[in-house]
Amino acid sequence: MFAQRPDPRPATVEVFVHGTALKVPEGSSAAAAVLLAGLGAIRETPVNGAPRLPYCMMGICFDCLAEIDGVANRQACMVTVKPGMRIAPQHGARAAKVVA
Amino acid sequence: MIDLAIIGAGPAGMSAAVQAAGLGLSVTVIDEQPAPGGQIFRNVERAGTDPALEGEFSTYGVTLVQRFRGMVTAMGGIDYRPSTTLWHLDTEAGMLSLRGEGGTSTLTARRVLLATGAQERPVPIPGWTLPNVLTAGAAQILLKQAGAVPKGRTVLAGQGPLLWLLAGQLAKAGAAPALLLETTPRGALYKALPAGGTLGSRFWQGRAMLAKGAAMMLAARQSGMKVIRHVTGLRAEGDGTLQRVVWDGGSTEADTLLLHEGVIPSTHVSRALGLPHMWDEAQLCWRPEADEWGATPHPLLAVAGDGAGIGGWQAAMASGTLAALDAAYRLGKLPDHARNSRAVPHRHTLERVLALRPFLDRLYTPAPGILAPEDDATIVCRCEEITAGQVRQVAALGATGPNQAKAYLRTGMGPCQGRMCGTTVAALIAGARGIPIPEAGALRPRAPFKPITVGELAAVPAEEI
Amino acid sequence: MAAPWRMDCKPHGALPPLALPRSLFYRRWTMPNPSPPARTAYDAIVIGGGLVGAAIGFGLQRTGLATLLLDEGDIAHRASRGNFGLIWVQSKGLGNPHYQRWTRGSAEEWPALAEDLQNRTGIDTRRHQPGGVTFCLGEEEFEKRSEYMARMQAEAGNFGFEYRMIRAAEARDMLPGIGPEVTGVSWTPYDGHASPLHLLRALHAGFTGLGGTYMPNAGVSESKAAPNDFSVSAAGQRFTAPRVVLAAGLGNAALAPQFGLSAPVVPERGQILVTERAQQLLPMPTVSLRQTAEGSLMIGDSKEDAGFDTVTQSPDIMRIMANRAVRCFPWIADLNIVRAWSALRVMAPDGLPIYDQSERFPGAFTANCHSGVTLAGTHANRLAPMIAAGTLPPEMSLFSARRFDVRTAA
Repeated sequence: MFAQRPDPRPATVEVFVHGTALKVPEGSSAAAAVLLAGLGAIRETPVNGAPRLPYCMMGICFDCLAEIDGVANRQACMVTVKPGMRIAPQHGARAAKVVA
Repeated sequence: MIDLAIIGAGPAGMSAAVQAAGLGLSVTVIDEQPAPGGQIFRNVERAGTDPALEGEFSTYGVTLVQRFRGMVTAMGGIDYRPSTTLWHLDTEAGMLSLRGEGGTSTLTARRVLLATGAQERPVPIPGWTLPNVLTAGAAQILLKQAGAVPKGRTVLAGQGPLLWLLAGQLAKAGAAPALLLETTPRGALYKALPAGGTLGSRFWQGRAMLAKGAAMMLAARQSGMKVIRHVTGLRAEGDGTLQRVVWDGGSTEADTLLLHEGVIPSTHVSRALGLPHMWDEAQLCWRPEADEWGATPHPLLAVAGDGAGIGGWQAAMASGTLAALDAAYRLGKLPDHARNSRAVPHRHTLERVLALRPFLDRLYTPAPGILAPEDDATIVCRCEEITAGQVRQVAALGATGPNQAKAYLRTGMGPCQGRMCGTTVAALIAGARGIPIPEAGALRPRAPFKPITVGELAAVPAEEI
Repeated sequence: MAAPWRMDCKPHGALPPLALPRSLFYRRWTMPNPSPPARTAYDAIVIGGGLVGAAIGFGLQRTGLATLLLDEGDIAHRASRGNFGLIWVQSKGLGNPHYQRWTRGSAEEWPALAEDLQNRTGIDTRRHQPGGVTFCLGEEEFEKRSEYMARMQAEAGNFGFEYRMIRAAEARDMLPGIGPEVTGVSWTPYDGHASPLHLLRALHAGFTGLGGTYMPNAGVSESKAAPNDFSVSAAGQRFTAPRVVLAAGLGNAALAPQFGLSAPVVPERGQILVTERAQQLLPMPTVSLRQTAEGSLMIGDSKEDAGFDTVTQSPDIMRIMANRAVRCFPWIADLNIVRAWSALRVMAPDGLPIYDQSERFPGAFTANCHSGVTLAGTHANRLAPMIAAGTLPPEMSLFSARRFDVRTAA
């Protein structure tokens, strides 16, 4: 769980983390938003369903995979927040969207 | 066709770009991040005024990025492409396959400089996959990127200058860590002293850095952070999230655990390109083979910065500049005597800023149990959730290196493609077979260097390829 | 400061397409095997620890022959690691009914092999043989495929060949989200898939579990051949046996003449794209797309002559493969490719396997093929007992390399 410091870095960009609105500073990544929102897990692993949160924050570990604006398995630490962005946890393996 | 493509906009990449563009080369800089700076000067344009980050970040970092930005906007300057990943590089044609926010594209360059930086060495302790266990670097990135600090009781564990720097920065940000569990073994300082050179000559050369280090440690101590030294048997525990940090002879409650055991070169791309690599015995990592200009044996490819061997941001700036001078020489824009004379001050800088490196490498050599976790139940491959014990089993079955282990266990087949487990798997196999770590070899990664969707790949226009 | 360890990911300079296998070690240094076997005399030596060698070695050891399996190191070519994982019958052996039968036979042996390996090692090879399909995009492909399958059936004769050409409307009920360009599929009940990596591990574990001796980092440095008396040097040791089986993939080309055999195989690069894991969606494999037990989608296939270069992937071939996959299943477009793999198929001039025995040095055999997963069933359960018996039966002579000898072919 991480806390903001609005004095040096005012929170100005509103995003939705697992449906809940949250303002974060400009330049934050979606992974930072998840940690600031206090989510217990950003994903559950496809192998054993274990909960994970961001680990490296620099694009190496792929533990911050999340569903961002409807797109599954995105590296949340590599995606910069934009107003209205929707960030949701990734539950295990993604489901392909089959249109019959 | 451009003259020089630079992968990475950290200190090495930015310095190389500024130098090369100044010599009249057409330069394109590709960077994964949305803003220049690399990890060390991450988001410095927004965070440079944060008092918690006062110091090199707010001074040198701001200046370097300003110089880089100045050339990006200038006519005939640097073509800077942020939020762009390199997913393939054709080393025969010098063709880079890129993926940016606007889709895929290609770029052909006469010379390519890999300035891909460093990554933190994996710290595979039991429980390191629990939520709220992060790397120290991750916490620093959160501070730079979002001004964010860990809430509640924070424990730092491991060793190296970054932990002390971070402790001080968190303290200034009003979130001083409660405890530092330092893993440097008893007697390490004594053993490392000879690396200070004859009569401590290297200490004298590196006195400014030593003073900086001492100040960092003092500041961290003054914040009230408790330090426990010579820690072994580190583990993170908790039910679905971090609750406790346990070590031989102690334990403590914790809300956040930040791990760090130094950094290693990011060689994912250089290995995927088939460049020869050397085992760096002092830093216990692979680094691409290169000459004094950063030129690799491949006629098109050069390396600079921490990706070529850990030296820190000042060394990265110097090596980036040297690589740019060499690129200009090779492309006929600079005669060799001019290249050589312009290089002199940068070589002096390199010598000065690397003076302390042998001492630091020796002092902060990771313990064998960090390189190859002793507890068989420890997860080493975070993606596929493979344990140290499973790797030891396949080593007994005949896996001679990480590539065969990958075929047996899927270690290195997940989304991270072995960035997190490759070195640990090699060390475990080496341990099981009783051979030196480098003999176990390294994973050979493949393109795409970063994921690309099937649709994006299918849509790459044929004429671009 | 000179570092003592150096790793070459790729040999410098271009290699001739048929370079000796020893020159293909990427690492310049070699070290002796840490625990060399005490024994040096065996009943059989198998050179090559990939899918072909491991299946034969497993089969030999199971018949009671004390077998030594010599393998290369961590960065051997390893066509096995790049295998797509199909147990595939429906397009194999047009114009060569003996190959069609051999492949069908292997698909029939697969359930027993998988069960045996599971019982012995606890390793599930993830065998799944629900039948498989080949996609046709456009009307012309459908017509061509219909003719092809009819000819396969005709050539099968009394042996039989069950297949169906299925139109897109019906295929949509069999497979999810087929694209609008798909005109239909061909289907046979024999096809399936398995995990090549699990299979390789199970064969190695099964082999050693039976008492076989597996030696990695043991490229062959020297060999001596006499009838039913062979000597092979590897990893600084000399081993002897009355039987030797060459299963070194592309390395066989250079090894075979030393044993009075011929194995004119050349590399053919195949590329595979692998996506991240997705929830299970595909009930059966297609010839160029399958979903693994872990959930990854694997996309094949390409044919290009590429020498021994396994390091580079061609983005153009990758694009073509991705493009076809998206046209078959548009929903694949959203999935991330996490890796691309290129490996070298072992190809004889006519694309068929070569199984042979040495006339000059009885007791020497060679096995060469590009379908190490499909043919694992026959390699372990049929070919190995033939080799154990000492000679290949007459019906195997159609697979002999003598078919490439212009004088006898004329």
